[in-house]
Amino acid sequence: MQTEFSEDQEQFRTMVSRFLQEKSQPTAVRQCMESDAGYDASVWQQLCSEVGLAGTHIPEAYGGFGFGPVELGIAAEEMGRYLYCGPFFSSAVMAAYALLHNADEAAKDALLPGIAAGTTLATLVLDSLDAPAKIGSGLAVAEGRLSGTAPLVVDAHIATQLLVIANHGAGLGLYSLPGDSSGVSVETVPALDPTRKLAKVEFAQAAVEQIGEVSADSLNTTWDFVCVALAHEMIGGARHLLDSTIEYTKMRYQFGRPIGSFQGLKHRCADLLMEVEMATAAVHHAARCLDAGEGEPYVASMVKAMASDTYMKAAKEAIQMRGGIGFTWEEDTHLWYKRAKSSEVFMGTPNLHRERMMGVIEAQGSL
Amino acid sequence: MSETENLTNESIADAVHAWLDANWNADLSLREWREILVDGGWATPHWPQAFFGRDFNQEQSAVVSKIFNQRGIVPVAQTGPRRLAAETILAMGNDDQKRRYLRPILTGEHSWCQLFSEPGSGSDLAGLSTKAEMIDGQWIVNGQKVWNTSAHHADFGVLVARTDFDLPKHQGISYFLIDMRQPGVEVRQLKQMNGHASFNEVFLTDAVVAANNLVGGEGNGWAVAKTTLSYERRMGGVTRSFGGLRGKRQGRVYDEYAQEVRIANEPYTWYPQRQGRVDLVLPRAQQTGAIQDPAVRQEMAKLICMSKGAMLASEAAEAKRKSGSNELVPAGSIGKLAASVIARQAAHVHTMISGADAMRSGPESAEEGMVAEVLVSVPAISIAGGTDEIQRNIIAERVLGMPTETRADTGPFRDIKRND
Ligand SMILES: Cc1cc2nc3c(=O)[nH]c(=O)nc-3n(C[C@H](O)[C@H](O)[C@H](O)COP(=O)(O)OP(=O)(O)OC[C@H]3O[C@@H](n4cnc5c(N)ncnc54)[C@H](O)[C@@H]3O)c2cc1C
Repeated sequence: MQTEFSEDQEQFRTMVSRFLQEKSQPTAVRQCMESDAGYDASVWQQLCSEVGLAGTHIPEAYGGFGFGPVELGIAAEEMGRYLYCGPFFSSAVMAAYALLHNADEAAKDALLPGIAAGTTLATLVLDSLDAPAKIGSGLAVAEGRLSGTAPLVVDAHIATQLLVIANHGAGLGLYSLPGDSSGVSVETVPALDPTRKLAKVEFAQAAVEQIGEVSADSLNTTWDFVCVALAHEMIGGARHLLDSTIEYTKMRYQFGRPIGSFQGLKHRCADLLMEVEMATAAVHHAARCLDAGEGEPYVASMVKAMASDTYMKAAKEAIQMRGGIGFTWEEDTHLWYKRAKSSEVFMGTPNLHRERMMGVIEAQGSL
Repeated sequence: MSETENLTNESIADAVHAWLDANWNADLSLREWREILVDGGWATPHWPQAFFGRDFNQEQSAVVSKIFNQRGIVPVAQTGPRRLAAETILAMGNDDQKRRYLRPILTGEHSWCQLFSEPGSGSDLAGLSTKAEMIDGQWIVNGQKVWNTSAHHADFGVLVARTDFDLPKHQGISYFLIDMRQPGVEVRQLKQMNGHASFNEVFLTDAVVAANNLVGGEGNGWAVAKTTLSYERRMGGVTRSFGGLRGKRQGRVYDEYAQEVRIANEPYTWYPQRQGRVDLVLPRAQQTGAIQDPAVRQEMAKLICMSKGAMLASEAAEAKRKSGSNELVPAGSIGKLAASVIARQAAHVHTMISGADAMRSGPESAEEGMVAEVLVSVPAISIAGGTDEIQRNIIAERVLGMPTETRADTGPFRDIKRND
């Protein structure tokens, strides 16, 4: 298994980072978050057509570039660092992984090329964002008709294609329908983190096509791949907060000296660096494990828990070490703070993931 | 480019096997075998060719050590602080010192200790006040050292002492190699809070150091000491315990090696316990049924995250270092800090698993007393080899580039406030 990034992967990171540095400055992030759509369609189009990011991990047979979780992770990490606003996570990560791990060939052929090109904006509709075990009670299909409510769906308000995991009585299935189908109502939900838009989606006897069976295994696998991508986004954000906070402590003077010379801050920054380094190494390791199909079977939950705690710690310290200015709307730190808070609980809280990893460890009797 | 860079891993493996086939013999005495090994250049292949090595890089050396492990070959002596001394002499010593001291360190003939800390200077190592004066062509040393691991059975010590009290504190220090077996050196063992006695206090009264045992030149001792300390941080402690070779092996060299390890480890049997014994956590939680307790599960999971994260971060730092990246890789201090956090969390989890049973100690208590020993040994890890607070200072200032404190210890050393 790989233990470090290849030169090609490093170059890929540089390319993504340059693009985002230009297109996703805080002023652009604020424009997106204040808009109804939540993203800039022309930047999205460039991101997909020029940089080709949405197809990073999608196999070439389905119109993608055929890379894996490592490259997808690099893209997500940089997006987290720059707080990129756009349907990348909902469409290219959640919907694409749901298709890759659960859908039949025909559906993959039909849907993945559009997702890879960025022309289809898909999203994955789940009745719970808390835990895989909770899925299946809120959405049901009978005789080709879907009914029920998904209270929180990322980017549903702009999605052209909905992929739904619903209960068909004898288990779970993956279903597909266009976003504007009749019997579907989408209502924006005010989000704590305005850079990731949420909507409530209600289905009333909406006609759906079943495109796959969802087993407990395939659901857990999907959940794991999504969590590892999310963890990348989170450590990118945590690194940004650490870097920007260190810079701030070097230039802010109190008592005739830079605040960064106070040990009360220094030691916490050192602890934060240690946590960020450990979480980053673990997250990169997790992507390599998924890529190779090796490693600790609980690695996804391990790194989702680590990334969540680390990002939140970085966010709290970043505000605290800025003092009053850190609590203002005008200063940018709160944008990352809110992303950290919402990511912490998105796809399972740290407690859920620690419990999930202990379940695996207990069953296998070893680490 | 040196020629060794062109060697393939396969050709190295072939050479090691051929050399071992010709030289390895389990019926040799330990000393005889190690002399052959050291002179053959296979004991420390990452060292320079001129001094018992082959200029191998990390990867090439790993090929060698893997074969040694596989074939159950007895290695050179590694216990105690001897390796700190060896690496420092190799990096900063003159050729004469390298010739005289390196070989007996490796063969196990000489053991070493580290004479750095003093009653008045621990974290502030550069505040030391042990005095060395040049009198009639030799250095005469007076002062007291403390917390010196292994000093009670060491033949030699690496010593820092002040040779000029009028210079600013970092400039007046010199680094020496001192013979411990002389009348001017008195060693007293100190009992630790966990009942063991692996460190000592050392009284130096007109102790003698030959003129050519000064390392790095007069007044350059701070730079040399920093070499020792950075090696120590990377090693993760002054001394590591060595379990000896796996499996049952027959032959004189094995018997003598097992005895050496047993004697050397005796004062340090508690070292694994100060790391928290993470390895015991899962089996204990399963045996006691504590694994059913959701609160225990949460804390165990946190411990596993930390210990896997620390291991992966150090591997990542090592990979970056190998690829020659200029990026500052803070592996040493971060790793040391992580080890403290992990040890504390492990002690916390062991306590949760035990419940009231954690009130007991001794051979009848959990894991033949190992758990009790964890609980009273863990505090050492965040002190020995530089405290956690000092590691945080280093990380903040050197890695993160945060501004330094205002100092109260500039100017001539004799004017600085200190405890004496
Ligand atoms: C098991 C063990 C083995 C050891 N082996 C050896 C050995 O072989 N050779 C040897 O020379 N020494 C050895 N030591 C000594 C060790 O290096 C010192 O104990 C250590 O560096 C701390 O120094 P001190 O004990 O004087 O404490 P102090 O320096 O007095 O520290 C007391 C407290 O003050 C804090 N403090 C001090 N300065 C600062 C600062 N600038 N900022 C914030 N906090 C600060 C410390 O972190 C600590 O919490 C060993 C110690 C132990 C516990």
